[in-house]
Amino acid sequence: MNLNKYKDVLVKPLIDENPITLQILGICSALAVTNNLSVTMVMCVALTSVVAFSNLFISIIRNHIPSSIRIIVQMTIIASLVIVVDELLKAYDYETSKKLSVFVGLIITNCIVMGRAEAFAMKEKPLLSFFDGLGNGLGYSVILIGVAAIRELFGAGTLFGYEILPLVSNGGWYMANNLLLLPPSSFIIIGLFIWAIRSYKPAQIEEDDFALSKHSTSPDLTKRELNV
Amino acid sequence: MNDSIVKTLGVAFAICLICSLVVSSTAVSLRDMQNENKANDKRTKILQAAGIFNPELDIKEQFNKLEEKYLDFNSGKLLRGSDLEVFLEEHKGDYDQIAATRKPEYSTSLNSSEDIAIIKNRENVGKFFILRNKDNSIDKIILPVRGYGLWGTLFGYISIEEDFNTVAGLEFYDHKETPGLGAEVDNPKWKALWPGKQLYKNNIVSLEVIKGKVPVDDKNLDYKVDGLSGATLTSRGVTNMLKYWFSDSGYANLFSELEYES
Repeated sequence: MNLNKYKDVLVKPLIDENPITLQILGICSALAVTNNLSVTMVMCVALTSVVAFSNLFISIIRNHIPSSIRIIVQMTIIASLVIVVDELLKAYDYETSKKLSVFVGLIITNCIVMGRAEAFAMKEKPLLSFFDGLGNGLGYSVILIGVAAIRELFGAGTLFGYEILPLVSNGGWYMANNLLLLPPSSFIIIGLFIWAIRSYKPAQIEEDDFALSKHSTSPDLTKRELNV
Repeated sequence: MNDSIVKTLGVAFAICLICSLVVSSTAVSLRDMQNENKANDKRTKILQAAGIFNPELDIKEQFNKLEEKYLDFNSGKLLRGSDLEVFLEEHKGDYDQIAATRKPEYSTSLNSSEDIAIIKNRENVGKFFILRNKDNSIDKIILPVRGYGLWGTLFGYISIEEDFNTVAGLEFYDHKETPGLGAEVDNPKWKALWPGKQLYKNNIVSLEVIKGKVPVDDKNLDYKVDGLSGATLTSRGVTNMLKYWFSDSGYANLFSELEYES
């Protein structure tokens, strides 16, 4: 048993191969459920457990899945896990499950889950796949929690519902930024995260698909200056 | 080998069987807890509609302060005395009016001209709640209402002040509207627009959800509520719901009945 391998699949997706910032997967729920930290945490736990267990189960039966129906088999397993998670939430945390509404169900279509099943669990051993799922779920969680913390703190002046910046409307001094409570703000925040991570790790910067041609109509200022 | 027809069918069958077993056993084993949660959520909504909900106290205890009443929609009379006893006996003290709409013996199907809220079947007996002041006079009346929005029926409670005209609060406990658009019926800011609005103008239900914002200088300010932007059909559904439930085939007779009682 090679422990380094396990450590790699667990830690690498946090920053180096983060599913959101490097692969730009699973953005939809990152936009929808990040205006409140406690709801985000529940969503992260739900997604992480679904990725980890779907990877585990798919990897266990990977040698028996006929390639012609493999996507359907993966989807069936993922969908069942999502329904189980949704049912558990409805039983044990009804309030949050109401707030998350359709987004727990939409984990089925989250590209991270399907992507890890297809790219990793179909080839690797069960335990390693489980850790890979765990790592990717945590990578997703790290970004989501970061986004949610910024949105809740500056959008509503609270963290986990506790007041940090007293709002003007409650007699405090902080004027809440309402844009941060709207989904588009997570686009901006995730964009800033990607910028920060890629400046720190330039290896993540993608090469241009094609080189931009020189703009023929733009004036060549250096030449003109020389002529004058 | 894996791609032979037998193996493909076998794997597909086995996966479906195992997954369905897992899903159904979770669903069945958690059903009681989920139903309890739903019931508590409904009680919370009733208390919130009445504006007396305190999250720190036990929900059931708070809920027991409300007095249950039964209204026979067909006769427009409250169930009293022996009628009430027979009725409670029949339903073993646990009357569910939504379940009653599915049984022909407990409900009346509405014809389309009457059915403006598109509820199809109306229960014969409605269960509602009364919150009393300390001197036993009526403080608020909490009435169940429902009506069709865009994707499905909205179920909720509206609470009315003792004048039977002023709205005290509105809460929906179940609906299928679009999150972000129609589902904004759950938005506290929108719900805060309701208290103080008037239902009847010259004995006609005039309260409506309009399109856009109500101008501050509107002379019918008390009869209009801001529409939900992007949710015209949900807004219209809420208006129709009020029009139906406060008409004569709904709760219109209730006021005289309650007055007669006190």
